[in-house]
Amino acid sequence: MAKEPIKEELLQSISYKAPKTFWMDTPAQIKPGMFCWGAKAKSLNVVGMPNARDWNPLDEDWKLPENWQEILIEGLRERLDKYRSLRLFLDICVRCGACADKCHFYIGTGDPKNMPVVRGELMRSIYRKYFTTPGKVFGKLAGARELDLQVLKEWWTYFFQCTECRRCSVFCPYGIDHAEITIAGRELLNLLGLNIEWIQGPVSNCYMKGNHLGLEPQTIVSNVEFMVDDIETLTGIRINPTFNRKGAEILFVTPSGDLFADPGTYTCMGYLMLFHELGLDYTWSTYASEGGNFGFFTSNEMAKRLNSKIYAEAKRLGVKWILGGECGHMWRLVHQYMDTWNGPAGFLEVPKSPITGTVFDNAKSTKMTHIIEFTADLIKHGKLKLDPSRNDHLKVTFHDSCNTARGMGVFEEPRHVLKNICRNFYEMPRETIKEQTFCCGSGSGLNAGEDMELRLRGGLARANAVKYVHDKHGVNMLANICAIDRASLTTSMNYWVPGVTVAGVHELVANALVMTGEKKRETDLRGEPLPAPEDQTSVSARAVAQPEGEKAGGEANV
Amino acid sequence: MKALLPFLAVVFLVLLVIAGVKAAGLYFIFGVLVPYAAAAAFLLGFVYRVVKWGKTPVPFHIPTTCGQQKSLSWIKPNGIENPSGTGGVVIRMLLEVLLFRSLFKNRKTKMKGEYLVYGWAPWLWLAGMAFHWSFLLIVIRHLRFFFQSVPAAVQSLEHLDSILNWGVPALYITDVIFLVAVTYLFLRRVTLSQMKAISLPADFFPLFLLLGIGTSGVLMRYQTRVDVVGVKELVMGLVSLHPSVVSGIGTIFYVHLFLISALFAYFPWSKLVHAGGVFLSPTRNLSNNSRVARHVNPWSYPVKVHTYEEYEDDFREKMKMAGVPVERE
Repeated sequence: MAKEPIKEELLQSISYKAPKTFWMDTPAQIKPGMFCWGAKAKSLNVVGMPNARDWNPLDEDWKLPENWQEILIEGLRERLDKYRSLRLFLDICVRCGACADKCHFYIGTGDPKNMPVVRGELMRSIYRKYFTTPGKVFGKLAGARELDLQVLKEWWTYFFQCTECRRCSVFCPYGIDHAEITIAGRELLNLLGLNIEWIQGPVSNCYMKGNHLGLEPQTIVSNVEFMVDDIETLTGIRINPTFNRKGAEILFVTPSGDLFADPGTYTCMGYLMLFHELGLDYTWSTYASEGGNFGFFTSNEMAKRLNSKIYAEAKRLGVKWILGGECGHMWRLVHQYMDTWNGPAGFLEVPKSPITGTVFDNAKSTKMTHIIEFTADLIKHGKLKLDPSRNDHLKVTFHDSCNTARGMGVFEEPRHVLKNICRNFYEMPRETIKEQTFCCGSGSGLNAGEDMELRLRGGLARANAVKYVHDKHGVNMLANICAIDRASLTTSMNYWVPGVTVAGVHELVANALVMTGEKKRETDLRGEPLPAPEDQTSVSARAVAQPEGEKAGGEANV
Repeated sequence: MKALLPFLAVVFLVLLVIAGVKAAGLYFIFGVLVPYAAAAAFLLGFVYRVVKWGKTPVPFHIPTTCGQQKSLSWIKPNGIENPSGTGGVVIRMLLEVLLFRSLFKNRKTKMKGEYLVYGWAPWLWLAGMAFHWSFLLIVIRHLRFFFQSVPAAVQSLEHLDSILNWGVPALYITDVIFLVAVTYLFLRRVTLSQMKAISLPADFFPLFLLLGIGTSGVLMRYQTRVDVVGVKELVMGLVSLHPSVVSGIGTIFYVHLFLISALFAYFPWSKLVHAGGVFLSPTRNLSNNSRVARHVNPWSYPVKVHTYEEYEDDFREKMKMAGVPVERE
């Protein structure tokens, strides 16, 4: 892991004043702490990616194929013909600058090439040179340039300094989404074997073993067993989850991070406790044991190959519908891509809550429901016995994940849940939540150790908004519905806002959930003592837990 | 440098037309041939661009959702920022095209003490709106040259536009707004640090063209008078496809016409095509219904996957040991 930069020095190094030299005349620097190691030959080979070899981004020689320019240009040509988004977004940008200061990487680095508009220009300049008449004739005057090794290294540097969060596209008058540029850019880099290992490793793991972490079936079972033991210690209740069980009503799919390390494991315990209390007829799968999809950060084809397991497993097990856990990019893909890639899922039924009878018509075709929709519906119908005072030691704010925010619009469901399970809820400033939410800084496969400075810089904008509510209201818990958030925001908070911990919403649900036959709880899921009754009354005069049935989605104080 | 070359290019265009008309008397070329060529380049080019975009598939359903989704019956969806049907998409697009709604959300990010703050920053939006709308109204006003008898709507617009009744002839409000807005759009590119960093010659060229067009137009109306009857005769000739050379209009008119021709000819090959492209943007013109209705990718192809059978072959013994059911013992 790279050495953590000193906070004050990092902050002082950020300047939004652009350097004198034009970006096109400034070669990219590949700086320790700001990049991830290159994909290894063995990881590339597992899934048959081209130009598999071990290489080091710091080396002069990247061991590229002789005709790499041709491969890249032809690859770009192919994608221009396949994606209207790419062709259109390369054509119509007017460089108005509205997106410039909307990117968390720009906010955290001040590097002009992290302005979304310039990230687009990195590719646009090549597009002009090889695909447009003005670019061919007028060259640099028309904003065009030759594709040389320096440009390639610049692409690699900056397409792996974008987390595909889509915040730029909210403010663009034409909806230009630089995630589309980055996605295409990474696909092209992958034609030359230029992925990063932090993405390629999980991709090959997921392909062979079913999940990014490479957990084999027996490990998945034993990891869940550990959690079951912890739940028994906490509640006195023994839970017996099933794996790969045919004939279950529901297949549950969640990112494998939830099975592996805290705080994700606490979220996972939350799922287990909730499902047990409901008596849900569901099963885990060890084959489709990954909701997330690092293939999406590699190429569209790779994403489709990994995603195929979810429907395949649902069909093999004969379940009726699929329930998905808390995850960000997983849900963008389930919502906007899965049905197109691997559907139609005619063998499944429209999801219907066996507890409330609610039919999830919004998943009529895809047949997969988000657990936050499922739980919000349970709470609305009063099907859960909740004791929000068990979360009174927490002052909670909610981080909207980029993908569920800007690729779905899941805003009020988690807020409805939170306001019913805890009594101290505070919103961060409006410019930093919902559709304007900031990325954790480590999305799209950049949550490695060696690029720690990049992650901390990218995480500044989100962390700073947390700091605001931490300073103002004493917020000490950052709730979210994303596995990468749970891991990366923990790192970010430790650095930027010590004293704030991070949890999945379903961890807090399980804290509040009064289970049938449970013993008196002494601690929360993390083993922290629960607040004594007298503490509970003095915690806050500003309790915002709303009574059932009240209008959901009212803004809390900011 | 990035601004200077486009500026010189526009100056060159002005000198070219002055020399051509005044010195060489090439009225037919600048009064007839160039406008026709420009109109043809514009039409063909624009159609080519739009058809090219239109024929490129939209393989995935990728709207940017900027409001609450339609999910549970008791949660109020935001039907415009996150449309679930065609009606919402139409409203979203109209707001985008007519009012630049996304741009209106623009905020300026600044570090203030310990906190990042997001300040109100309406100026780009305001200048963008002022420029586009005044330009449109000015174009509509110019329709008086395209009809034998001026349409009533155009006359009313002229009346409203000059309602301040300042000077003789009365000042058009849109003329002022247009020039001020374009000047602002130019100034921000040469003064704001971030704008300096991202601007290209291709950003300045159309601004100088527009300034040239606006200035020559204003001069014609308020300063160097031209033969308006002659202008109308020329334009009517062009429009009715019976072009004729009209003498004695005044050189400044040819400057105006030539710069407009340049703008039209340049339009389809430049960033100005955003005018058509915005309608085709897949992050804005799709409804957020991808879990309700399956979106089909026309170029989808089968991919190599790692099947469950292969997986079980790899892990059968371990699965059995862990008590996980298997297909084949």
